[in-house]
Amino acid sequence: MLTDVSRPLPKRTPVNAPFWEHADRQILALPWCESCGKTHFPPSPRCPHCLHDAFDWRPASGRATLVSWVVFHRSYWDGVAADVPYNVCLVELDEGVRMLSNLVGAAEEAPRYKMPLKVTFTDRFPDLILPVFDAA
Amino acid sequence: MIDPRLSGKYAVAGVGTSAYGKFPEKDDFHLAADAFADAIEDCGLDKSKIDGLAVCRVPHYAPMAEMIGLQPRWTLQLPPHGRMSGISIIEALAALDAGYCDYAVLLYANIGRSRRIQYGGEESPGFWDPWGFTSMGAIHAMLFREHMERYGTTTRQLAEVSVAFRKHAVMNPSAVMREAFTIDDHEAARMICDPLRLLDYCLINDGAVCLILTSVERAKDLKKKPVAIAGIGAQDALRHASYPQADFWFDALQKTADQVYPMASVGPSDIDALMVYDNFSPTVLFSLEGMGFCAPGEAGAFVEGGTLGLGGALPANTDGGHLSNSYMQGWALNVEAVRQVRGECGARQVPDCEVVQYVAATPCTRSIIYRPA
Ligand SMILES: [Zn+2]
Repeated sequence: MLTDVSRPLPKRTPVNAPFWEHADRQILALPWCESCGKTHFPPSPRCPHCLHDAFDWRPASGRATLVSWVVFHRSYWDGVAADVPYNVCLVELDEGVRMLSNLVGAAEEAPRYKMPLKVTFTDRFPDLILPVFDAA
Repeated sequence: MIDPRLSGKYAVAGVGTSAYGKFPEKDDFHLAADAFADAIEDCGLDKSKIDGLAVCRVPHYAPMAEMIGLQPRWTLQLPPHGRMSGISIIEALAALDAGYCDYAVLLYANIGRSRRIQYGGEESPGFWDPWGFTSMGAIHAMLFREHMERYGTTTRQLAEVSVAFRKHAVMNPSAVMREAFTIDDHEAARMICDPLRLLDYCLINDGAVCLILTSVERAKDLKKKPVAIAGIGAQDALRHASYPQADFWFDALQKTADQVYPMASVGPSDIDALMVYDNFSPTVLFSLEGMGFCAPGEAGAFVEGGTLGLGGALPANTDGGHLSNSYMQGWALNVEAVRQVRGECGARQVPDCEVVQYVAATPCTRSIIYRPA
């Protein structure tokens, strides 16, 4: 039986909206502080480094390194149940920040610690364009 | 820096618990009242002397105080996080030392089993939900994978943790899970979040815990031998709290160790029994490394061959811990620490047990060392 697979949708707020608006256009973007010039992730209302409140959202390189990964064998949301087992990875972007994401393609087939990754986008979930990572 | 003068000045005078298990007919207040009555019975304190109350995971301090007939002048409500057990005890010390109260009652209750709490999903929405990442267990799974890749740690080594604690639970009549299992059983258990299996996850059960703290001098007038708080240590790691910590909380644990051991005038080799927060088994390995029981990356080899079992080099979680006794979020481990120092643990008693350490490796890392007053 085919069952619809879905993911929880982002809870868009004024603080994280630019991230998801870029993702909708298949761009992985990061907030760069307009005062100190540093970036941070996940999005914050104030720069965690200097407390400034304005950011220049720019595309990231999309390059990352695999730090760790897990495979969920149980689901915590109804729509996810049909997708089990699925992986979640922890990556370090070349810009120095970390994010949680999913591995696809060759990286999903054979994940290796510290393997180089590149961002790609999946539209397999309803109403969601999600940045995920494949082998570089 | 924590005032070293606090070492040995305050004591746990009384401890109590409710029964552990599934009690749909009782609410959190009811279980907490049971634990309070047990603690009063334990130490024989005239409850009209109690002038401090801290509650954790009990929904509201006011009905709680009313139900057990308390009129405190120091009242504190803590959020329902496991890291708050150590924090509550340390805050109570400060309150006693400042004179905010003379007798502090700390109460914790959890009805997660009857409420079918699953610690993930809609209950705790977060930024990473669209990628399907949720639950504390997944954070520990992520950390353990990195530990495996970086140091070669194996799941068979990890199994030593839950196997040892289950053996202890078999000897604890109050424990929820009392059927022994082997390393092979662990390896065959249902996968929850690879690389973690069912037997790496704590229980979810109902229960409540009470601790009564006062000065060593006042505690000497009560029924039980006072157990002094000889050392405390604390360091948070909140700067990157929304994803798994890159260092297995090593920095926070080291900074905690640098406080708790000198304050108690002991080192890791003096610890007779260790009560280590074990919501998921990997955190036990991280705690051992961070506290200096072994070098970074060597905890897997360190626990091999029953190190953490009774009769091993470092008996740990002699009540069965969160993995097998009761998911009391650190509270029951502190009760077990007190009972070990008192020598009340029967079949699971560590011989000549004088120095017992509690440690919780979390984004709010805390440690407490107990010694006879
Ligand atoms: Zn800034």
